[in-house]
Amino acid sequence: MPKIKPEDLKKIREQMSRTMSLRDGDARAKITVHMGTCGIAAGARTIMSTLLALTEEEQAKDIILTASGCAGLCSREPMITVELKGQAPVKYVELDEEKTKKIFSDHVLSGTVVEEYALAMGSERLG
Amino acid sequence: MEPYRTHVMLCAGTGCVSNGSFRIKETLERELKKHNLQNEVAVVMTGCNGFCAQGPVMVVKPDDIFYQLLTDDDITHLVEEHFLKGRPVQKLMYTPPAEELPVPKMSDIGFFNKQRLIALRNRGMIDPEQIDEYIARDGYTALAKALNEMTPEQVIEEIKLSGLRGRGGAGFPTGRKWELARAAKGETKHIVCNADEGDPGAFMDRSIIESDPHSVLEGMIIGARAIGASYGHVYIRNEYPLARERLIKAIKQATDYGLLGKDIFGTGFDLDVSIHRGAGAFVCGEETSLIASLEGRAPEPRIRPPFPVESGIWDAPTNINNVETWANVPDIINRGAKWFSAIGTETSKGTKVFSVVGKVKNTGLVEVPMGITLREIVYDIGGGIPGDKEFKAVQTGGPSGGCIPQSLLDLPIDYEKLAEVGSIMGSGGLIVMDEDTCMVDVARYFLEFLKDESCGKCTACREGIDVMHGILVRICEGNGKEGDIEMLEELSEAVKDSSLCALGRTAPNPVISTIRYFRDEYEAHINDKSCPAGVCKALITYVINEEKCKGCRLCAKNCPQEAITGEVKMPHTIEQDKCIKCGVCFDVCKFDAVSVT
Ligand SMILES: Cc1cc2nc3c(=O)[nH]c(=O)nc-3n(C[C@H](O)[C@H](O)[C@H](O)COP(=O)(O)O)c2cc1C
Repeated sequence: MPKIKPEDLKKIREQMSRTMSLRDGDARAKITVHMGTCGIAAGARTIMSTLLALTEEEQAKDIILTASGCAGLCSREPMITVELKGQAPVKYVELDEEKTKKIFSDHVLSGTVVEEYALAMGSERLG
Repeated sequence: MEPYRTHVMLCAGTGCVSNGSFRIKETLERELKKHNLQNEVAVVMTGCNGFCAQGPVMVVKPDDIFYQLLTDDDITHLVEEHFLKGRPVQKLMYTPPAEELPVPKMSDIGFFNKQRLIALRNRGMIDPEQIDEYIARDGYTALAKALNEMTPEQVIEEIKLSGLRGRGGAGFPTGRKWELARAAKGETKHIVCNADEGDPGAFMDRSIIESDPHSVLEGMIIGARAIGASYGHVYIRNEYPLARERLIKAIKQATDYGLLGKDIFGTGFDLDVSIHRGAGAFVCGEETSLIASLEGRAPEPRIRPPFPVESGIWDAPTNINNVETWANVPDIINRGAKWFSAIGTETSKGTKVFSVVGKVKNTGLVEVPMGITLREIVYDIGGGIPGDKEFKAVQTGGPSGGCIPQSLLDLPIDYEKLAEVGSIMGSGGLIVMDEDTCMVDVARYFLEFLKDESCGKCTACREGIDVMHGILVRICEGNGKEGDIEMLEELSEAVKDSSLCALGRTAPNPVISTIRYFRDEYEAHINDKSCPAGVCKALITYVINEEKCKGCRLCAKNCPQEAITGEVKMPHTIEQDKCIKCGVCFDVCKFDAVSVT
């Protein structure tokens, strides 16, 4: 390991920032892949791997990728929910790799909702 | 680190490790692999999370879901449900004592959300064995600042202004100590990290090192630079192998990065840090004994002055600080004295780490702002007393601390307030006692420890504590006599006045404070030959209530002395001359028919 200079601390922090923002739970965007049995059967795992690869490719530091249970719309799986900080969540349905890529670049990275794949905006009310 | 989507922060503090967290890690990794999730979910072993009572614990990031009391068998289900399908598993979550539903998020759990982390700022957030993770959370930026942007005098001034006081017991102002060490004459100077942690039941220093060794190292490097020391030493309790191992790794990594050793950050400043294993006696933690032990001599305290800052290791100026004191330093340099001094009370700034143990639901390690009340610690964080028992007292400050009664539960905790009520901050031990605790027995217990641990150099400490202990034993055995209390009080003064070090000077605290607040219990033992809490065996008898006894024979079957007689379905009796008062009958009776008088 080479000796480091004060300015290298910043470089290390940047390299690590994705790891750390994940732990802080503080991110600009959160993508939830719905992984019920139905979702997995419909190919949600492929969607998850695609998203993981995309975040890695883009070196996207402030994106949280998480799994959650069945969203209740089994017939239209695989589904994801994209939530940008301060905005209403958007659910996308019947996804494949190509659609996922488009959502990632248009919505997650650039902030434009891909309406043609979107199911609805917002979430159910809790309680 | 790879771009995982989830980090499982699994506690690898000593408590959780002894409950199997490494086995859980293996199972987790195996199960993740089974579902091909090993590249999505990372398992990170962290230092002590603090909620030791519920161990092994894990926190799932970024969701912040807190799982507890894990066993190997839970993992298959957990991986499939939470990590594959994204459904957090309720039955592994924590349910607070007074509630019915589990609380999924760590940040919503009372035990955690009243805490304020400075010394433990990275606990559970990083893998303590990875220097890059420490750096990622602003590690070593304070060092860069102290070395490149501040003069040693400015560093000392900042620490002085912050109001930081020693966390090892005496509460001496840290900046002032550094100033004295800097001013002291000497070619070579030393700094020491006191990690001897001899107080029974205390484990904050161990936890800090286990969960964040670099925070201690960074504090030491900053301190060494401020003082002008080129040798650093960590004197660590021999019973802390995990902490020592992490420290050795941390020193190696910091040295590889050029943060230790020669020409640190290219500033020409050199510091070597070595590790010394403690010699095992309580008194080794006292600073002058520690120096003796470090030099290879028997750990006996010596007269001060000269203080170690003038003449310490090999007669060179030596600045000794406690682990927690050092761990506070980088954050003060980073965030400024003003920020730090805004936390706490008039005389005591910042936070204090306490190990909360005894008759409290949530035992564990907590860091709280100075000035928090005992009530908040015992009830809000500690979750109250188990089994609906009454709270009786808290003992603070380790073996030579005092017992604080219920009437003082709203006392805001700081160095001065604790001293006023006859206790001490000490290193932060906090033992909660319930109504079943006999306060005379408590005093006897602590004096027994101190009697054994007195190094024997000062007559008053060696003989005085022994005599006091003898009197307490006599009282507990039912042979107390009039004048015992007064004799204890007189001896307390003598031992305090004529002992060299704080071991003797504080040893009478448990006795003085229990006499002060629980004198009636002493009197009951001495005059009425009774132990109100039902603890002292010589003073209690177990009897069976004829009306409640159903004659189930359970007590008779369990009695090791065969002292219980009676026909099936008829009330039983205890033959007192055979009874050894082990209490088994009391514990096993399902009808509440056995009582202690
Ligand atoms: C009997 C005895 C035991 C002590 N044990 C410890 C100990 O285990 N750890 C510690 O930091 N200080 C211990 N101290 C206090 C040290 O003498 C010293 O005050 C402290 O290490 C200074 O560091 P600080 O100013 O950062 O608190 C002990 C003192 C006495 C009298």
